[in-house]
This record gives sequence, structure tokens and C-alpha cells, in this order.
Amino acid sequence: MKYKTFKMGGVHPDDHKISRDVAIERFPIPGKVAISMAQHLGAPATPCVEKGDKVVVGQVIGTPTGFVSGFVHSSVSGTVTAVEPRADIVGNMVMHVCIDVEGDDYQEGIFTSDRIEREIKGSPEELLEKIKNAGVVGMGGATFPTHIKLAPPKDKKAEYLIINGAECEPYVTADDRLMREHPHEIVLGARIMARVLRVESIIIAIEENKPEAYDAITDACLRYVGIEVLQMKKKYPQGGEKQLIDACTGRRVPSGGLPIDTGCVVQNVATAYAVYQAVQKNRPLTERVMTVTGECLPAPKNFLVRIGTPLSEILAAVGGLPAEAVKVISGGPMMGKAVSNLDATTQKGSSCLLMLTAEQTSRKPETACIRCARCTQACPMGLEPWRLNRLGRAGDMAALEENKIYDCIECGCCQSTCPAHIPLLDVVRTSKADVMKIIRARAKK
Amino acid sequence: MAKLTVSLSPHFQSQTTTDVLMKDVLIALAPAALVSILFYGWRALMLLVVSVATCVLCEWLICKFLMHKQNPCLYATILTGVLLALNLPPAAPWWIAFMGGIAAIAIAKMCFGGLGQNIFNPAIFGRVFLLVSFPAIMTTWAAPHSWIGVDAFSGATPLAQINEGLRQGLPVNQIIADNNLSGWHMLFARAGGSVGEISALALIAGFVYLLVRKVIKPHIPVAIIGTVIVVSGIFSLIDPARFTGPLFNVFTGGLLLGSIFMATDYVTSPMTTLGMIIYGVLIGLLTVLIRYFGSYPEGVSFAILIANMAVPLINKYCKPKRFAA
Repeated sequence: MKYKTFKMGGVHPDDHKISRDVAIERFPIPGKVAISMAQHLGAPATPCVEKGDKVVVGQVIGTPTGFVSGFVHSSVSGTVTAVEPRADIVGNMVMHVCIDVEGDDYQEGIFTSDRIEREIKGSPEELLEKIKNAGVVGMGGATFPTHIKLAPPKDKKAEYLIINGAECEPYVTADDRLMREHPHEIVLGARIMARVLRVESIIIAIEENKPEAYDAITDACLRYVGIEVLQMKKKYPQGGEKQLIDACTGRRVPSGGLPIDTGCVVQNVATAYAVYQAVQKNRPLTERVMTVTGECLPAPKNFLVRIGTPLSEILAAVGGLPAEAVKVISGGPMMGKAVSNLDATTQKGSSCLLMLTAEQTSRKPETACIRCARCTQACPMGLEPWRLNRLGRAGDMAALEENKIYDCIECGCCQSTCPAHIPLLDVVRTSKADVMKIIRARAKK
Repeated sequence: MAKLTVSLSPHFQSQTTTDVLMKDVLIALAPAALVSILFYGWRALMLLVVSVATCVLCEWLICKFLMHKQNPCLYATILTGVLLALNLPPAAPWWIAFMGGIAAIAIAKMCFGGLGQNIFNPAIFGRVFLLVSFPAIMTTWAAPHSWIGVDAFSGATPLAQINEGLRQGLPVNQIIADNNLSGWHMLFARAGGSVGEISALALIAGFVYLLVRKVIKPHIPVAIIGTVIVVSGIFSLIDPARFTGPLFNVFTGGLLLGSIFMATDYVTSPMTTLGMIIYGVLIGLLTVLIRYFGSYPEGVSFAILIANMAVPLINKYCKPKRFAA
């Protein structure tokens, strides 16, 4: 059988899924947590608790600020010890609510049993409200608030709900394990979102390197109509929203457009799971599956961690930071962010904690571009990274815009394929930010 | 606490380096070089050694004393040397390889800024420099089959024999028959010509290796050879007495060597699929036209040099297809 995939560019990194056969393990509740108010794309939430307040699991501790924002809930029960700015996992100073843990009491109305609730009750509007109030965000990494994606503008009609189980980043196995161990919850979460969107067709896309997850999800879908489970070719960045829509439907999101322009809404499998928990169990998003991996670790793990758990505690549980590890990455090796501060805490979007050795990750010295065009062939957006690099270094903003630098999805294919080890994406990313500033300033005028 | 490295994503880099790519091209050239040494003996070896040594030394001197740095990619320099040697006539004296090496590295490569900056393929530039400066030496060819050396017999290349025959007013098929020049004879070590042109099979083996290792894409060689077949096919249908046929044109001269190893040089070829095809068609067309109507019997080198000049323009207008409008 020929598997589906996106048609343009892409790379085939070794997938390093060394934690794929490790079952999800519930991580012990830490003694202290610090929960960031900026765990979603958009404006940070406003803290609504104060020092000394008692909180329980699932209690709202941050309320949305503006339209693109979200609720934040306490992931533990205990006493608030501070509401203060701290460095988060990527080093930004944002407000955190710090809580000393006492016991494990849940807010009233939350079901903690594992029983699968199949019956979906409520109107689309009620379901959407529940998802919004549960603080569900895109858990593939972009952390875009889910309720906004599920409420497209009136003039746009959604036709497909695509559930993203591609997990194309090397190393990460959180979604794989979730699909294997909780397929029914994911399928129900998808059906809830389909009802909110009023779409008939659900596509669940899973890459070929996860056959067990494919089988489990296919099994869970047997009782429903309108769900298509697609096995995809292993290719990075398959899980990119635009690439996944292209792979599944052949439609292409226009430049500067949104997925909804193609009639598609893409949600991650972990988001589907969180939606299930929010709607069927009244359980806000307070924990997530996180892969802790790297060849230098004695035993890689897939943990179910409470949001706000310090990274140092997670590292301690896998035997401490290995001596040969030089880089700790939040997320996968292609798009993840390097962590500088191990006192930082986990967030809703923290899918993976990856440790790499100097040999694996050290940057080799840059040599001259020999115009081999590998970057151009690898670019899934049809850009010319070598040209953007040159124009970016020259600071030619007009030419950068002309060459559509704003289309870059920052997947890193170009840089990871360059035989001259030119930091193409570094240059493109910073230049893109400058060009976007100019475009926004012009739009304001 | 240990200091952690922080950098932007991606956190992986390619295991393939420029050195690895250049080594792969050298490996792909090995069969052709070995066959040439086998057939032309010590002379071919001497040309290879002198040419490579000159290129390496020349680049080292310029890097050290003018640019104050190390040669960034030694294998690229060696590759230029090997390609130049394979483009010389086997009877050429050592100083031809020496002068060609200096022209290739000092003028064509380093004057433009070194690795990655040159407009012209250095080895082709070196060969054309020699061809226009020392036409007598560069067109005196040795026939193979002399295991001990090449002095036993020397003559004209098949293309030169055709040119000469046409000048005497003979029809093409008679010239081919007189000189035993059928295309199939040339597939394996029959064509008298440059050192590296001796065996089409060895060159094709190198081509397959480059494709398997994904060093090059097939577009440029296929476009060149396809164009040569089509254009020479049309001409030979129009007037078979005056124009040689497709098979003959593909297996003679430097067409295979040029299209597989010289036209596909990364630095001097276009970067998009469409650009590669335009570039290949241009080379194929120019090659046939020069062979049919030019005063030189051989056209590949000139065709590649001319097409090299068009590459910046091709790169400017042949953008890759964008993901979406």
C-alpha cells in the first residue's frame, strides 16, 4: 500500500523513538509546582489567586486576558506561596503561580475514574464552553487555544476535522503512547470536536512508524461512521498543520491564510484526549504525557506529569542529568527549544524533554555554500533558504518579503540538511521577525 | 550545576558534509580514471598526478598568502584536478596539466572568491583555456590499445575524423565505416579522445553511483543527453550524409563525461528542477550546434561554459513552485 504524505520538500531524519515501548507512567506529585500564566499562544492569563489562598486540583488560577488567551487551572491541591514573574521553560519572564502541595483534592464535579464515558451530551455551544473553561490548548506544541480553532468565523465552513497523530518529530513518543493506551478517549474527543464544528468527516492521521497506535485507533473507530484512519508515510514535517492538510486532503492553505480557508481544522491527538477529559469528565487540562528521552539516559520514560512540575524533579526521576548531556530540549530535536534553566516547570505544550550529547547536537563550523540546493529541495513551503540566508545577512528586507520569507514555518528542514552547516534557519527566523514587524507596521498605517 | 548549551532549533545537523559529497564524486570518477590508466598507462597517471598536485598547491598558496586561511575543502580542489586531467589528451606533456591547473584554480576559482563563488566550472575553464592557447597539442590524440604507452599510434578523435571527412566531401556513413566508428564500438574503451572519455561504461557506472548516493539529481545529464539525441536525430534525418546520428553523438567526445561530472557541478549549475532542465537543454543544444557548424570538432566544453554564464539568470527566474499562492 502506498501511504499518503505531503508532496513538497521534507526530510527523513532517523526517528530515534527509543521510548516507544515504555508504557505511560504516572509521575509522582511534586512537593511544589509553579504554573505559568503564559502556556498558550496569545495574551498571558491574569492570575486570580493570591499568596496564602488554598487551591484544589482543577481550580481556576488564571483567567483569560482578551480574545486569544485561555484559562489556567491548578494542577495540584495546596497553598499558593507566591504569584511572581519567573523564567519559564524557554527563558521568558512570565507570571507564575507557585503552590506548595498538600494532599491531592480535586474540585467538586471532576470525575477521576478511568471509566470511558461514551455518550456525548450537550449542544455544540455547551461543549465549546466546556472546552474553553477547561483551558484546552493545542498540545502538539503550538498551544493555540483550542476553543478559538473550534469556532471558525461565520463565513468559513469546516468540512474536515483532522486529528494529528503524525508525531513526526524524532524521539517524541507521547502521542504514540497516548494513542495506544487511550484510543477510545481520543476518538471520543475527536467526535466531540466534530460535533462542535458540525463536521461529518474526521480524519485521524498516523505515521507508518506507529503501527500499534494505528491498530488501536482503528479498533476504537470501528463502532463509528465518518472516521477515516490514515496511515502516513514517515516524513518530517508531516505533523505541520499545512503539510498534514495537504497530505490528507490535497488542499493547500493559501499564503497568509488559515487552515479553515481549506475547510480543515487540525487538532493534535493529545488535544483530543484533553477535550474528552474536559467534556466527559469535567476535568480541566492539568496534566499531560511527556516523553523524557535521549540515548544518554539509562531508561527513557513516558510520564503523565502535572503541569507545573519542575524539570529538575523529572530529571531526578530518570537518574539525574547525564554527565554527557550538553543540551536539554523541550520538545523534539527539529523544532524544540533548548532549556537553560532546569528550575523551570512543565507546561501544557511540553511534549518531550530530550537530552542530547555534544556529539549529537554540537554545531559544526559553517563552511561556504556550494549551492547544492539541498535546502531548496527540503523546504516544504517551496522557499529558497539559501537565498533568504543571503538576503537576510545583507538585511535586504524588501527582497526578503518578495521571496515570501513570511511563509516559512520554521520546521528546520533546510538547516538540518545543509552539508555546509550554515545556520539557515537562525538567519531566516530572525529576518522573518523583522519582516513581519515591517508588514504589521505597514498594515497599521 | 553544569552549564547547558542553548541554541535555536533544529538541534540536528546533517551528517553529510561538503567533504563527503566531494569524496563521493571522486569515488564515482574512480572507474573512469582506472580504465584510462589501464589503457593509456603511465601517461594518464602522470597527467592525473601533475594536475591534482598543481591544483592543490595553487589553492594552498592563494589561501595561505592572499586569503590568510586554510583551503576550506581540499576534496573539491582534488576533484577539479582529476576532472581537468581526464579532459586532457593522453599524449599531452606534463606542463599542459600544470598550466591548466593554474588556470582552473587561480583564474576560474580563486579570482571569484574560492569555493562556492566561481561562475565557471574550473576544470572546464582550464580545458578551454588550454584548447584556445595550445590548439595543436590539445587536438593531437592518442588511440588506446597501447598498453605500454601512447606513442605507438596517434590520430584524430572520432569527431575530428568526421569533421575532416566532411571537409573532403565524404558522406557521414562512409567516414564511420572507413574509421570503424560505430557507436556500439565506443561503449567500452574504443573512443580515442581525452583521457577520461575512453570508456562510456565506466562513466555510466559513476553516474549510477552518484544517483544512488543522492549526490546529484538526474535532471541535468538526462536533459543534456536527451536534447543531443533529439536535435541530432532531427538533423541526421534531414541530411544523413552531412550530420552524424544520435548514438554517435552521445558516445563520442566529452558528452558523457561533461554531462555527468562537469555540468552537474553544484556551484555552477541551477538550483531548481526547472532551472536544471533549461540548463541541460541549453548545453545539449549548444553542443550539437557547435559540433555540426562550429570550427571546433568538440562542443561540450564550450557549451557548458556558455551555459554557466546563464546560471545566475536562470536562478533568478526559475523559482521553486511555492507551497501555495
